[in-house]
Amino acid sequence: MTYTATEMMTIAAARALRDDDVCFVGIGLPSAACNLARLTHAPGVTLIYESGAIATKPTVLPLSIGDGELCETALTTVSVPEMFRYWLQGGRITVGFLGGAQVDRFGNLNSTVIGSYHRPTVRLPGAGGATEIAASCGRVFIVMRHHPRAFVPKLDFVTTLGHGPTGRERRQLGIPTAGPVLLVTDLGILESEPESHEFVVTALHPGVTCQQVRQNTGWNVRFGAEVRETEPPRAGELGALRDLHARTALAHGRAAGE
Amino acid sequence: MSPPCDAEQPLGRRPITWIPAPAKANLKTVTLHAMHRVTDIRKMGSFLNLAEAVASLVRDGDTVAMEGFTHLIPFAAGHEVIRQKRRGLTLIRMTPDLLYDQMIGAGCARKLVFSWGGNPGVGSLHRFRDAVENQWPHPLEIEEHSHAAMANAYAAGAAGLPCALFRGYQGVDLPSVNPNIRFLACPFTGESLACVPALRPDVAVIHAQKADRQGNVLVEGIIGVQKEAVLAARRSLVTVEEVVDDFGPRTPNAVILPSWVVTAVVLAPGGARPSYAHGYYLRDNSFYVAWDEIAKDRGRFQAWIERHILRSPELPA
Repeated sequence: MTYTATEMMTIAAARALRDDDVCFVGIGLPSAACNLARLTHAPGVTLIYESGAIATKPTVLPLSIGDGELCETALTTVSVPEMFRYWLQGGRITVGFLGGAQVDRFGNLNSTVIGSYHRPTVRLPGAGGATEIAASCGRVFIVMRHHPRAFVPKLDFVTTLGHGPTGRERRQLGIPTAGPVLLVTDLGILESEPESHEFVVTALHPGVTCQQVRQNTGWNVRFGAEVRETEPPRAGELGALRDLHARTALAHGRAAGE
Repeated sequence: MSPPCDAEQPLGRRPITWIPAPAKANLKTVTLHAMHRVTDIRKMGSFLNLAEAVASLVRDGDTVAMEGFTHLIPFAAGHEVIRQKRRGLTLIRMTPDLLYDQMIGAGCARKLVFSWGGNPGVGSLHRFRDAVENQWPHPLEIEEHSHAAMANAYAAGAAGLPCALFRGYQGVDLPSVNPNIRFLACPFTGESLACVPALRPDVAVIHAQKADRQGNVLVEGIIGVQKEAVLAARRSLVTVEEVVDDFGPRTPNAVILPSWVVTAVVLAPGGARPSYAHGYYLRDNSFYVAWDEIAKDRGRFQAWIERHILRSPELPA
């Protein structure tokens, strides 16, 4: 069965979620992965969006973080201050699922500016919920397309703390949560090493070479002692993902999460 | 009731996305909640349409929070602010999107306080970027936060506190570019907590589903920070889809803003278009996509504002 690199990425990201996870969902790629998990192996997963929707089960992917679909299919919808204070800061969430414009080898993320802050080359949307999602969720998963301009040796701006500029700062600050542990891309899977916290390649998607990963990573990327091949998409996963995108396209006139 | 807002219509002929309040606006009302004031100047019975309400509540140089977390965005009221050519505003919003892009491009804003600025599901805000990157139509000062900070700052404003304390901003760069982000040691545990000033807008503007004839306001669905914004502000303007005699059956925990915390209510059906109003109409996604093209070009943007806002006046009362 043929599939695209984006489909492989979304499916690999979805597989990381467990049925008992309570997941704070970022918009875009994370949203597609989280809902795919819910529609396949993790029907019990609790999805939470920063707009206040708790345990939401959207039938189509939202275009924005506050689509009505999220509220209509949620167990309950709370205010945004309550979401950030009681549910996120209160430590009720096991996984934060994020994307970003730039990531470095320690899982720090930039979604603020490319270039200098006051004279940016590209002004990005900004932090949104990411800064505190990464601090307060039990663990953080990141999903991003591999590209040398996105996987950079040094971020132009640290919007969201991963493990810090040298991999040690998160621990030094006394932040008790694990931080980024998993980085899923369209080429493979990187995991944070327990000691250094550096992200190393632990799996390649079928047909992807080490050379491709090196070429698309802006730092001198390391490979784990054992590099697995990601299991290719199963028919059920691919079918569920395509159905989800088809329903979404029908509802919005275009696909979300792409 | 709803104004036409269909995607098929060519953009040049696209109607403005709101209906002005009827001349005999059957409304409301109250000047003003006394929470932050020494004197209670509550006064019943003024009947306002949108133009009158904006004229009396939104003033040049004001700090204005027009909230809505992708839902119930007060477009009609914002367009009236553009029409009345307000200048020097400090605009506050967690998620500035098309409405603030329009207001910034139209020259209303001096400063923007925000935590996520974009066209949701589409991309950048070109007028916002043009103001930040090229100072067009004039320089825009920005004060940038995270969502958690803004949400806490509104809640602190509503609670009458001078600042908000929360766990956040550790090890990131925003505190180095925003002097309003500081850290405070917890006096009990020593934990370093982030601290930002409370948000206390001069005026909060929101859109809601219903008001009753006494001027109480019911808001449902994704309620965002609207309640906090109204309670944090000195004045508030609420546009609503409809005015009812009675809200009818509802949960005892329904989100209701009592009339005495709302300065003015204006009937403005469709007033959140092209965003959505839960229970009334859906988001017009095609307009969000179309806005990307309109806003990319200064000339095209100005023509759009001229045609759809400046030359589409509010009906006189």
